[in-house]
Formats: sequence, structure tokens, C-alpha cells
Amino acid sequence: MNRRVVISGIGIYSSIGKNIEEVKTSLYQGKSGIGIDLRRLDFGFRSTLTGILERPSLKGLLPRRMRIGMAQQGEYAYLATMEAIEQAGVHMDYLEANEVGILYGNDSSAVPVIESIDIVRDKKDTTMIGSGSIFQSMNSTITMNLAVILKLRGINFTLSAACASSSHAIGMAHLMISQGLQDMIICGGGQEVNAESMGSFDGLSAFSVRMDDPQAASRPFDRDRDGLVPSGGAATLILESLESAQARGADILGEIRGYGFSSNGDHISVPNIDGPTRSLQRCLDHAGMKPSEIDYVNAHATSTPVGDGNEAIALAKVFGEKAVPVSSTKSMTGHEMWMGGASEVIYSLLMMKNSFIAPNINFENPDEASSKLNIIAKTCDYNIDAFLSNSFGFGGTNSSLIVSKYRK
Amino acid sequence: MQKAEIIETVNEFLIDEFEIEESALDPGSHLIDDLGIESLDFVDIVVTIEKEFGFKVKREEITNVHTLDDLYEYIELRA
Repeated sequence: MNRRVVISGIGIYSSIGKNIEEVKTSLYQGKSGIGIDLRRLDFGFRSTLTGILERPSLKGLLPRRMRIGMAQQGEYAYLATMEAIEQAGVHMDYLEANEVGILYGNDSSAVPVIESIDIVRDKKDTTMIGSGSIFQSMNSTITMNLAVILKLRGINFTLSAACASSSHAIGMAHLMISQGLQDMIICGGGQEVNAESMGSFDGLSAFSVRMDDPQAASRPFDRDRDGLVPSGGAATLILESLESAQARGADILGEIRGYGFSSNGDHISVPNIDGPTRSLQRCLDHAGMKPSEIDYVNAHATSTPVGDGNEAIALAKVFGEKAVPVSSTKSMTGHEMWMGGASEVIYSLLMMKNSFIAPNINFENPDEASSKLNIIAKTCDYNIDAFLSNSFGFGGTNSSLIVSKYRK
Repeated sequence: MQKAEIIETVNEFLIDEFEIEESALDPGSHLIDDLGIESLDFVDIVVTIEKEFGFKVKREEITNVHTLDDLYEYIELRA
């Protein structure tokens, strides 16, 4: 069985907007979501830069038992998912009557883990942790909570693959639906935004220290980049078989055409060129598409010197020099890590739907590798029929997705 | 501690934390059947008792608490 898989709903909660409409406007305007978190100074961080998000309050939206098991990223994911299912025209009666699944990318939940250990160290009594912590602490916190809230009865697990988590989650959902194992899967990615989860990352000197100009700090592919800016939120897509979407009369936003993956088999944190190249090539092969059929590449590029350089070389190798428009939306959002694969498919879908390419802001001067790419530094009106989105993570895990407009 | 003070503190917690309507807080109310409290919630009740009344609850003791009045009395005997 090899069924077509389409996207029928999207929802997002990010540093550049709390819903699809706000995010679309920010993308078009090239608006940055980066700011300063002074609390990180107290923690001894090198960098206080971060994506800035307001923590939502779900009181009144969900009963207590459903709220207290959710960590911050679960709250973001709840809001993103409610927006996505509403757009898809999926209601609770549909979820209860059908076998709908959930596959979400998430790879940490630091705050509840730290808080629970602090309580035990202080009180010497595990009961004092309370009943919600365990459900907040596990990497699968988002899927376990949303599956209960939405009464889901299909596939249900979290995928952890560092900064490629949610791209792989979409890839897995695509495979399960195309193989006929599920008709509809809620998928996406969530990322907590706090000092607790980012200290060890900061300690690797991975973050930009351009604190005097926060919105210029994330500058993927730019010659003067000095590191990434951590960020987060949550992004949800509703994937379903074409037959399912047509039967429901759903508005089809795009079709997942290809999923490519690879592992570098190399260093734990330093990316290489071979791994991403194979992921890109496998994705094109899986889609049965030529590089020339891709109108836009949403790069993984996080604003680190080595990562961006190697991705630029891989892209030039597969697509040819200056052959395809490229931008990294991380220039605006910062690095959304576990969420990034899903959010960047949504950003690219919004560009495809509204015929523009969002800018790689802060791209002022190329270096040798990025000079081989056609990097879009200013918003441009552009017709996109198909795009490719890259996500790479620690351990050398790579994921690429191709999405196109739906054509009969 | 006066029972009235205990009742006020417990009820305030149940209203604020558990979002139970004040009108449902009858001393004869069964915690599970009438107030919708479930087994996991008893962990949070134990946490609150220690924070508010300053004594440690033994899990086997709380299993004998069925109604709201049982809870008030249990605290009154120990606080």
C-alpha cells in the first residue's frame, strides 16, 4: 500500500506569534522573536539570548487533572493542537469515533525533573513532589497528555531525536499513513523555553553572545554569526490520508511527498557534510522528484559556524550552486530545537499558501560556503509549488521532508 | 487548631486548587463519589496538609478518610 498523505490542519505557538495568523504576518515582515532573559545571568549563562514566549494559562480551558500533568511545552502543544484540529474541522466526536493517532517530537522536560529532585532533597519525602510531576517529567509528556485530553485511540508515542525530533515525527506519521496503518495522525513538536533546560547547552559555548543587539544575534549563513539562539514553543500538523481528507471535505494545505533520513556515523555534536547530503538525496528519491522541482529550501541552519557551513556545502552539492532559493527562518525564531522540524514545515506551508519567501534576516555577508547558495535576505513574492525542509540533530541524526501543493 | 479554621483552610484549598464549587462542600460529601476527587488527587491532599497544618500524613491513615467531615476530623486530631 502506498497512499498519498496530506496536511489538513496546522497550529502554532511560537516566539513570532501565538497562532497561524500572527506567525504568517511575522514571517512576511521578517519579525524577530528574540530577546533577553536576565534570569540566565543568575544561572551563570554566557548568553542571556532566547526566544521570548508568554506562558499560556489553561485554567478555565481544561480541568485541573488535565492541566497539572502538563509541563510548559505541553501547554504550548495543547494550544497549537487545538488550533490545528479546529482548522482541520476535526471535533471531539470525530476523535472519539475514529482511530486517530499522535506522534510528537520532544526531547526534554527539565523543569519538572529539577523541581521534583529539589523537593526530595529538601523534604526527604517523595510524596511531597505531588501527583502532577511524573506526567510532566517524561519526554513523552506531550503525547501522554494530549492523547488523554483528546481521547485518542490510535498510535501514541513521542519521538526523541534531538533537533530533528519533530521532523522525524512527521516522517514517521507519513510512513504510517501511507502504509495504511492509520488514517489520521496529529503530529508536531514541542520545545520548553527556560534556563533550566539550556544551561548545559550554553556551557558548550553554542549560543550567540551578541546580547547588545538581540534581534541581530541569530544570523544563519552570515559571515559574522557567532552561535545559535535557543527558542521554542509548539507546532502541530494534522496529517491524514488523501482519502480521509476527501471524505471529510477537508481543506488540503499540502501533500507530504518525501521523507529522507540519515545518520552521520561521526561526531556527537559536530555535523558533517555526508550525512545531510544523503538525507537530502534520499528525500528527493523518496518523493521521486528532481532537485529542479523544489522551489524553496527551508534550511536547518542555526547560526553556528560549522553547522551552517556544512549544510550550505550539502545543499550546493545536491541542488547545484545558487540553484534554489534558501532561507533559515531560525534567523527570526531562534532555534526551536525539538519543535523546529514541525514549525519550519508550517512556516514553509504558510509561504507556499501565500506565495512568498520569508527572509533569512541578518544575512548581510556570505562566507565562502554560503556564497554558493541563493539566500533570500529580504521577503520576496514567489510562487512555491514544492519545498524541502531540513532538520539535523546531535548524534548526527538528519531528517528532510518535501511538501508540495496538492494536485489531483 | 480550631475546627472552624481547619474547615476554612481545607475548603479554600478544594475551591482554589481542585476547582470544586463552594456549594458542593457539605461535610457529608463523599470525596470521591460527590466531589470527584480521584486516587492521584490524594497525593496532593497529603502535600497540602503538610504545608498548611505542619504534620506528615501516613498514606495508610488517609485511606480511612472518605467524607469531607472525615478529612476535617483527621486533621483536627493531629494538627
